[in-house]
Amino acid sequence: MSARERLAGWLADAALLLYFLFALFPVAWMVVLSLKPSDQLFSTYFSFTPTLDSYRTVLGDGGGVPFTRFFLNSLVVSVGAVALSLLVGLPAAYASARWRFRGSEHLMFTLLSFRFAPELTVIIPLFVLYQELGLFDTYVGMVWVLQLVTLPLVVWIMRSYFADLTPELEQAALLDGYSRTQAFLRVALPLVGPGIAAVSLLAFIFAWNNFVFPLILTSHDAQTVTVGALSFLGGDRPRYDLTAAAALVSAVPPLLLALTIQRYLVRGLSLGAVKS
Amino acid sequence: MEVRRAARPYLLVVPALLLTCGILYPFGLGLYYTLFDFSAAKPQPDMVRLHNYGTLLTEDAFWNSAWVTVLYAVGAAAVETVLGVAVALLLHRSSPLGRVLEKVLILPLMIAPVIAAIMWKLMLQPSVGVVDHLLAPLGLGGVQWTDTPAGALLSSVAVDVWVYTPFVAVLALAGLRSLPASPFEAAAVDGAGRWYTFRRLTLPMLWPYVMVGVIFRFMDSLKVFDIIYALTEGGPGDSTMVLQIRAYLEAIRFQRYSFGISYTIVLWAVVYLAATVLVRRLGRVQRKAAEAT
Repeated sequence: MSARERLAGWLADAALLLYFLFALFPVAWMVVLSLKPSDQLFSTYFSFTPTLDSYRTVLGDGGGVPFTRFFLNSLVVSVGAVALSLLVGLPAAYASARWRFRGSEHLMFTLLSFRFAPELTVIIPLFVLYQELGLFDTYVGMVWVLQLVTLPLVVWIMRSYFADLTPELEQAALLDGYSRTQAFLRVALPLVGPGIAAVSLLAFIFAWNNFVFPLILTSHDAQTVTVGALSFLGGDRPRYDLTAAAALVSAVPPLLLALTIQRYLVRGLSLGAVKS
Repeated sequence: MEVRRAARPYLLVVPALLLTCGILYPFGLGLYYTLFDFSAAKPQPDMVRLHNYGTLLTEDAFWNSAWVTVLYAVGAAAVETVLGVAVALLLHRSSPLGRVLEKVLILPLMIAPVIAAIMWKLMLQPSVGVVDHLLAPLGLGGVQWTDTPAGALLSSVAVDVWVYTPFVAVLALAGLRSLPASPFEAAAVDGAGRWYTFRRLTLPMLWPYVMVGVIFRFMDSLKVFDIIYALTEGGPGDSTMVLQIRAYLEAIRFQRYSFGISYTIVLWAVVYLAATVLVRRLGRVQRKAAEAT
């Protein structure tokens, strides 16, 4: 390796390091803030005695904010939305990958186009509707709207997984005396298992991270962590230490899941537009 | 039997179709509302036809919001694209450091944008935030990041860049790794320089992947809501009052339902139009890239 190439390599590494400093610093800083005693938040910047008080408060009584409740709410409505999306999305994805039928492309595009619709267009009518139907601030109401985010994701990504599967496998199953449904359930579905796992986790992350739907369609009973984490900043005295701890705690599930599905993320994030 | 076979795909799609009505119905309802003067003050609304849109298009507040939204979207998408591709190229060189850092590349992308905005809000607090502390020795202390019009817009774009640059980088990296080797080998045999290879081979073949990133990021930033809501709530003044925040204030805060929805309908039309143009362009770019390989 020539001296020039070595220098180029160092410069590249330095540039990378600079970007990752920018990318990782806010999270690291939240850890610092969350561990600081509340009376030292702004005084001694880089030297302090760490304490877990803020986590105790956030996960305990929350200083008046029912944070653990919000956390559980997020779990319930996100899992609910993913389950519902898989239940109706898998057959739809399979059908659109296996058969070309009248309107199939239109339907697929309609599903994808929701990715580009401003959330508030549908939320405001839903807000009025939910008030009338008694769905405001309920789990059912939240699952119903989060499914609007997760269903297109499931259909689009699973469609490309099913399309990669050769139809011969199911045809062989049919010759063995399986019914069409059995062929789907026992042959096709297990083969795309990894895809289902990846898309479920990704859909869960999208549902968990959503903010607009719970902001407008819940008030307390079904409110989620993304909205709840803002509570610590409101009021007369913003609690920075609690906000930092709450932000970190609410980011833990998506981060853990992301690390487990990293390999599949590209296809998911681009809705199958880029295969990897 | 024949009938059942023809009906099968439809039967499988029906449940998804029904759920899709979950969005189509409120969308249609919203569109219908905009024809009335429906608000908390007027629960028995009159039909006003296109009056809401007429009012909207003559209001300075609307044009200010439209301008801020475009500024935000173009700024965020442009920075994310350039930075994302740069990061992908650097990671593609694959140094030991790069291999370690690549594993945490997606981390910001997995944090809810609203949570990211909260984190940045804490860091950008004037005089008590860490950014102020770090910049003070450089003579840049005391900047009112989110309290001046330009600073607020810049800060919100910065948060968007923080969250979504990894998205472009991940796509571009996938693109780089899927490029065929033979054109590069041929170029090396011909003694082509690094810059020439990048301009004439890497970039054209990578372009479809970058375009996918640009489309997603531009469309998404046009309808930004959570980052602005948590960071500035549209302020100071109207400096970060993007269309969805304005729509939120009108419809939810001031309870002028129809008028608020009109804002989002206009935004939807713009996003839809831009998506159509960009997706068509993507098709052309993909064909061209296929020819290059």
